[in-house]
Amino acid sequence: MGALLRRLGVYILAAWVALTVSFLLPRVVPGNPVAGAVARASQSGNCNAGCIKAIEEQLGFDVHKSLWDQYVQYLGNLAHGDLGHSWSENAPVGSLILSYLPWTLVLLGIATTVSFLGGSVVGTLIAWRRGTWADWLIPFATFFQALPYFFLGIVLVLVFGQTGTMLKWFQSLFGYDIYATTPGFTVSYVESVFGHAILPATTVILASMAGFILSIRNQVITTMDEDFVLVAQAKGLPTRTVIWYAARNALLPVVANFTIAISLIVGGQILVEIVFNYPGIGFHLYDALSKLDYTLVQGIFVVITLVVLAANLLADVVYVMLDPRARQAA
Amino acid sequence: MTIDTTTLSQTPATGPTPEPIFQRTAILRLPRSPKVIAGLVILAVFGVVAIIGRWIAPYSPNATDTQNWVQRVLVPGTGEGTPFPANYYPLPLPPSAAHWLGTSVFAQDVFSQLLASTQATLFVGLLAASIATVLSVVIGVSAGYFGGGTDEGLSLLSNVFLAIPALPLLIVLADYVPRAGSSILLVAAIIAVTTWAYTSRTLRAQTLSLRNRDFVEAARVSGEGRLRIILVEVLPNLIPIVAASFLFTTLTAMYAYVAIAFLGLAGAPTGSPAGLWNYPAFAWPSSAPAWRCSTSASTSSSIPGFERRGFRAVRPSRRASRRGRHWASRRSWAIDQRTRHLEWAPNRMWCSRSTDSASTTAMATMRSTRSSTVT
Amino acid sequence: MLGLAGESGSGKTTLALAAMRLLRAPALITSGEVLFHSRPIGGDGPKGTVDLLAAGLDDLREVRWSEIAVVLQSALNSLNPVTTIGAQFDDLLRVHRPGMPGSERWSRAGELLDMVGMNADRLRSYPHELSGGMRQRAMIAMALALEPQIMILDEPTTALDVVTQREILEELMGLRDRLGFAALFITHDLSLLVELADEIAVMYAGRLMERAPAASLFHAPRLPYTHGLLNCFPPMHGKRARMEGIPGSPPDLRDLPSGCAFHPRCPWALEKCKQAIPRLEPISGSGREVACWLHHDDAKVPAELAKADPRTEPRQRVPTLIQVSKK
Repeated sequence: MGALLRRLGVYILAAWVALTVSFLLPRVVPGNPVAGAVARASQSGNCNAGCIKAIEEQLGFDVHKSLWDQYVQYLGNLAHGDLGHSWSENAPVGSLILSYLPWTLVLLGIATTVSFLGGSVVGTLIAWRRGTWADWLIPFATFFQALPYFFLGIVLVLVFGQTGTMLKWFQSLFGYDIYATTPGFTVSYVESVFGHAILPATTVILASMAGFILSIRNQVITTMDEDFVLVAQAKGLPTRTVIWYAARNALLPVVANFTIAISLIVGGQILVEIVFNYPGIGFHLYDALSKLDYTLVQGIFVVITLVVLAANLLADVVYVMLDPRARQAA
Repeated sequence: MTIDTTTLSQTPATGPTPEPIFQRTAILRLPRSPKVIAGLVILAVFGVVAIIGRWIAPYSPNATDTQNWVQRVLVPGTGEGTPFPANYYPLPLPPSAAHWLGTSVFAQDVFSQLLASTQATLFVGLLAASIATVLSVVIGVSAGYFGGGTDEGLSLLSNVFLAIPALPLLIVLADYVPRAGSSILLVAAIIAVTTWAYTSRTLRAQTLSLRNRDFVEAARVSGEGRLRIILVEVLPNLIPIVAASFLFTTLTAMYAYVAIAFLGLAGAPTGSPAGLWNYPAFAWPSSAPAWRCSTSASTSSSIPGFERRGFRAVRPSRRASRRGRHWASRRSWAIDQRTRHLEWAPNRMWCSRSTDSASTTAMATMRSTRSSTVT
Repeated sequence: MLGLAGESGSGKTTLALAAMRLLRAPALITSGEVLFHSRPIGGDGPKGTVDLLAAGLDDLREVRWSEIAVVLQSALNSLNPVTTIGAQFDDLLRVHRPGMPGSERWSRAGELLDMVGMNADRLRSYPHELSGGMRQRAMIAMALALEPQIMILDEPTTALDVVTQREILEELMGLRDRLGFAALFITHDLSLLVELADEIAVMYAGRLMERAPAASLFHAPRLPYTHGLLNCFPPMHGKRARMEGIPGSPPDLRDLPSGCAFHPRCPWALEKCKQAIPRLEPISGSGREVACWLHHDDAKVPAELAKADPRTEPRQRVPTLIQVSKK
């Protein structure tokens, strides 16, 4: 348990750092959001002292309180799940994010799972069939790994998307058909959601699977040189079993390095959501940025960080389950 | 983009003492492999473009070709038969003799912008990688060599930075830090802050194993100072990793820069709306294949050359080139903030439910820009 | 028991793996045959002779482990680190003894561990929970699981400390006497082989150079290289003698000397040695083979290489089960 608790400690610290950064940045950096909001308010009319005070309160800035008191209040609010109030949507940030989160989590969860499992299988097979036609997959994988997510997304929209110009096979804007359907458990809505998820999911899967394929291929090749794989072969075990011996061991370092992968996938997903106007958390981060809605930006950043840390913790648990040596240490 | 994390983390943490790697001959030896030569040539082309790009650009990257700007498209849901006044959005031009890669929505020459933006992208990549490498060497090597509490603290620091998702942090940092948009130094620094941790962890692991090797032990016994041991005995043996990580970080940094530029947070790298040529294609179909080919051809080939060269220069080994191939290219372009509104405004209009001030402002900006240029 | 000796890098392991067709790319077996003369086991009827290099994958899989088992140098690396010892026994028995029910497989694995002096509880252990000696014992138990006719022991004790080495070797010899398998014992330690093996083969630079009954080889080597090797061991008893190593160093296998690979280091090298590669041929009038021009034609054999064969009571000879030849 010790090792896992240690990791948990790291993640809690990371969460705290992220929270503190998002608390401090708007406050220590000159040209704070209040000024921005006041400027915006002035455009639409006169913003007098009362207006400024209202904005300050709304944004959670109180000039009459010390920074420390504000910080304590901020953490206290967070502990109650209060992430502040979004002026652009005129709603509590917490409930807004809750409404965005399912889109992101479902897409991210499915895409990551598919690309990890698919990448493991393909990577293992390529490694096992090294020196045959399977090697032709490597340049393709390298190519897709190199593509930025958003670029791949744009290309897919162009070629396959209905807002694109060529094949118009799939929906490529929004998370569901906002004109023809209304959210609810209706067949048409679920169909629409599914149809709209195809392209974004494909983008994330294609871009992230390539990385898994390559890293697992490398690991399997390294593992195949190990004596125990040789012995497994010498034992006359069926090829299937021998591959499983190698793959099972090759997975360990890949899972151990999941931190990097998940961080990249989440980053990529944010961009993909923006390309597809997919109503997840990444798109709304972008949206909030362009509206200069700092409370919402902060809240989204905090939530994304927590989601990523949770995913990391999950990966750690999986690692401990996979590796008996880690289990002993844990 | 998923970085091939395994090759780096697979540093020989244990095993025989490496031979002295840092040999002058290895660095000066001329490359022989065709792959290395191809990589060097491509890198050289991009290096030259980065340096002289601004001067060989046929147009000023910012200049608007008003005479040729004729394409306007009615925003769906506006104009006759709708409750909204007619609204247009501009379209870029397809490639032509005058504009090899077409134009942006502002009728700016995309080829010129490509030439001009290469420099900034390369510069940000290298600068960010330099800062990140220095950070990671200092932190990673101290953690690995000194051990104990120092190690605990520094490892915790890098683990924390590793766990925080880089891009959101980057976005928030870039968004809050004032003038980030106009200072590529600041952008590079911000990118460096979010990318050093991984290299640092790798270096720590390697230092840890080097520290107990016989030659370091011998130096310690013979009474050499800590700093001297680190600089003379340990660091030279880390150079292959540092070099590999530097290239790796350069790619990550360029990717990060492009990503935040895509979001409109990196500002205009050359003081011009550089690299617009990416996004307009989204709204503008006819020339899509053309720009796609051109971008793929140019950018996908640039970076592998870069990394191959680096690997080969330090330690020409098969392993290195294999690793090099896996880190394939990253793209090198940037998108301007201003066009972002233009591009997205039509979508917002279709979306039409949002009546917030920001998109209204954006629409207003768009309208005024258009009317001022079209008429 | 056949001992296979030679310096590091002389191709001992490669030969053994090639015989099992276990070499990894880029290694390639260009030609030759590995003849496996199988004995009938427990009334299964004669199996005849199989060429392992030409055999189909299924035949090969059947021969592997059930007839020829391998124990490699480092048992830590030979055992799959992520599954228990028991599960690895289980995998093995499930494949080769399809009819055996699970509980029986488990008890059989326990018996086998018991046979090598380990507690059957260890089946639940992971490899990293065992000491080096225990792992090697577990590996030997696994090698015995299918009662193979041949056991290839590739430096099975090198990674262990001296005391454990001795224990394991004694264990092995005991098991061999009890179960009657033939063994190919690969080591660089010639003195060990003299004790253990019935017959010894010496390799140099990828070729078999001499093959003789252990005592003959030890007391009356016919090959200059063997002579040099034996001179490296200090005698335990008797008067002190000056030790002589073999001058020079092993050749680079990518760039072998012409003719006999040993000729640059051979004190008695002839002109012919530089030109032609000697073949492993029986020396007339004795049961031993040597690949050296000195024993050919009318070349003058140096006195050191012409000692008389010691009279030995022949140990129980194990019939040759595996025969490697190069075409």
